[in-house]
Amino acid sequence: MRTARPDGPAPVLDVDALLDDRTTEIIVCCGSGGVGKTTTSAALALRAAERGRSVVVLTIDPARRLAQSMGIEQLDNTPRPVPGVRPGAGGSLDAMMLDMKRTFDEVVEGQASPEKARQILENPFYVALSSSFAGTQEYMAMEKLGQLYRRARQDDTYDLIVVDTPPSRSALDFLDAPERLSSFLDGRFIRLLLAPARGPARLMTAGFSVVTGALTKVLGAQVLRDMQTFVAAFDTLFGGFRQRAEQTFALLQARGTAFVVVAAPEPDALREAAYFVDRLTDDDMPLAGLVVNRASPSARTALSAEEAIAAADRLRSSDPSSVTAGLLQLHADRVRLVEREQHLCGRFAASHPRVPTAVVPAMAGDVHDLDGLRAIGESLARQA
Amino acid sequence: MTAPADRPDDWPNVRLHVVTGKGGTGKSTVAAALALALATAGRNVLLCEVEGRQGIARMFDVDPLPYEERRIAKGAPEADGRSGRVHALHIDAESALLEYLAMYYRLGRAGKALDRFGVVDFATTIAPGVRDVLLTGKVYEAVQRPRGGRSTDGPGGTTTYDAVVLDAPPTGRISQFLGVNSELAGLARVGPVKTQADKVMDLLRSPRTAVHLVTILEEMPVQETSDGIAELRAAGLPVGGVVVNLVRPRALGAGALARVRDGGLDPSAITSDLQRARVDVDAELVASLVAEAREHAVRRRLEDEQRDLVAAEGVPTYELPRLASGIDHGALVELAQLLRRQGMA
Ligand SMILES: Nc1ncnc2c1ncn2[C@@H]1O[C@H](COP(=O)(O)OP(=O)(O)OP(=O)(O)O)[C@@H](O)[C@H]1O
Ligand SMILES: Nc1ncnc2c1ncn2[C@@H]1O[C@H](COP(=O)(O)OP(=O)(O)OP(=O)(O)O)[C@@H](O)[C@H]1O
Ligand SMILES: [Mg+2]
Ligand SMILES: [Mg+2]
Repeated sequence: MRTARPDGPAPVLDVDALLDDRTTEIIVCCGSGGVGKTTTSAALALRAAERGRSVVVLTIDPARRLAQSMGIEQLDNTPRPVPGVRPGAGGSLDAMMLDMKRTFDEVVEGQASPEKARQILENPFYVALSSSFAGTQEYMAMEKLGQLYRRARQDDTYDLIVVDTPPSRSALDFLDAPERLSSFLDGRFIRLLLAPARGPARLMTAGFSVVTGALTKVLGAQVLRDMQTFVAAFDTLFGGFRQRAEQTFALLQARGTAFVVVAAPEPDALREAAYFVDRLTDDDMPLAGLVVNRASPSARTALSAEEAIAAADRLRSSDPSSVTAGLLQLHADRVRLVEREQHLCGRFAASHPRVPTAVVPAMAGDVHDLDGLRAIGESLARQA
Repeated sequence: MTAPADRPDDWPNVRLHVVTGKGGTGKSTVAAALALALATAGRNVLLCEVEGRQGIARMFDVDPLPYEERRIAKGAPEADGRSGRVHALHIDAESALLEYLAMYYRLGRAGKALDRFGVVDFATTIAPGVRDVLLTGKVYEAVQRPRGGRSTDGPGGTTTYDAVVLDAPPTGRISQFLGVNSELAGLARVGPVKTQADKVMDLLRSPRTAVHLVTILEEMPVQETSDGIAELRAAGLPVGGVVVNLVRPRALGAGALARVRDGGLDPSAITSDLQRARVDVDAELVASLVAEAREHAVRRRLEDEQRDLVAAEGVPTYELPRLASGIDHGALVELAQLLRRQGMA
């Protein structure tokens, strides 16, 4: 079935309409590693604030200089006003950087008695889980989003929350991680570890002692004891975790949420973006559109790469150091890059003809201050 | 393509080449190119990936790799056209754990039970230290495999390798990944996993290992490279070279670049050059080419600043161009030959 011309132009993502729409309450920027999620979320948040929204942006591991210019180099898990935002339209911008471990600690502290919380926080398995379990960062980003949303509702502080997502190889991790963490915490093995603490000794099946025996052999007895203490202490919190994750997940499906998928004009990033878009559709999650970030700047003249190379060769045959040949060669390289990127984006558009798209060119340098973010915001909005 | 006369390589005693770098800078591409470059005539090279992404299969355009060593390509041809062999292995922690248990403990029934009770899942997810030691442990096994000997234990491979290239996790996680010992200390203070971790660590800290860093000439990746080098040194891990990837074309020399930046190019000279080269020329075409060159020159200056910072690290550096047509098998061979020419292999 053909739903669009194979290389036809994708519909345009109207960023200003999205930001100005007061029913947009949450914007989530997703995408594979390094494509510009943090930059895009900060740029969208700044633009929204300067167009009159009261915005908070939750960033994750921003580059040091960007964090500095947004006034969030302190990792204290609370939103702070960003200095230098133009207040003309009556909006405001607060920013914060996610402290994953602290967010996790606070959830534990909020749900367990002080004594029990201390026990959990000190356990080596908790330390491992809260600092390096694959998925904890995603889970905590969602947790923080839920907190911010509830607070904003209560105190009427923000009318738009922009969320960055953790650097992971796949954008899908953001959606899958909470489920992974809760199913891990509900896992069969964890339940087995709990069995002796909970129930009659007969639950200690023969199979289980084979397992513990093997584990002791491999890891040593201490590890098993640590695991058991951890699991026993954590047990009462499991339900709470699952419930919170479900609430936040529902928030992501709500009408006020908009997902912005960020990709680089490269095969891997666009493939990930395609998976993610399909998944959003399957999960009934609201997709605003695709941002193709760091596109090569287009050529300024229609001279083809082949013509340019042929001409450069002719010039070099008489003058090997010809500067004009250099100019032609640079032009050819630029044309080839752009053609390749357009081809890749065209393929995405052909298989996802309904996804509104915005293309943002690569700036000459890093984006590390408000002016840089404004420039990104400008080009996001200016999709001719 | 013909390869020029080979120069002696910079890492003659290294058996394990670990390739790290900031995400997206080209670790997988460089690891693959390095494996092709190391596979000179008569040599076997193993290319390993540990992040479960099947990047190798995609780059070489073959079916997804199982947990099993597979011959996937011939090495980059030498001047006389001969080459060695590149094999690939996709290492996942679960298979590595089951293999480890089967090999060292002859667990049989218990191994199956472990899997059935979700222990394998548990151990390989909750304890990143355990996960890492399983992954590096498998690499260790391939590096240490006695030459000419045949493995009789379990599904371990039987080919022996002259070099192993590991497409490793990014710089941000590399010390933790390789520094398995310290990470593990909190979890398993004694026991066989710890012993295994210690053995792996001995190899990783020895001159038979080199940890190379891939970067592009941009501020954040270069900063991360510099931090990474410091961190590796602090952890006692042997720093190899820096591979500067995705370098913009050097179509203009320093003098020409300066003139482009200062607006010192003569449009009439360019016009007559273009006419001579039989291009259909007008003032707009010339202005466009000059404007494109100026944008290029601005980026080149930023690159040069970063290149100086890389040079200041004082480790061998290698440069690979950004290939406008993207990466396929042929492109990897081209990059491999460039690495050889610069002495990385
Ligand atoms: N359009 C652009 N032009 C130039 N540089 C850009 C652009 N977008 C992003 N960058 C730069 O690219 C780098 C990576 O961007 P960013 O940190 O936003 O990516 P990310 O997707 O959040 O990465 P991670 O997955 O590591 O969190 C930064 O140095 C940023 O300044
Ligand atoms: N020299 C090069 N010329 C052109 N394209 C390149 C070059 N090196 C890498 N690429 C492309 O850049 C992208 C990133 O490369 P690669 O996947 O090797 O990076 P990586 O560091 O392994 O990424 P990740 O952190 O996601 O594992 C790929 O699309 C790859 O084809
Ligand atoms: Mg980021
Ligand atoms: Mg990779």
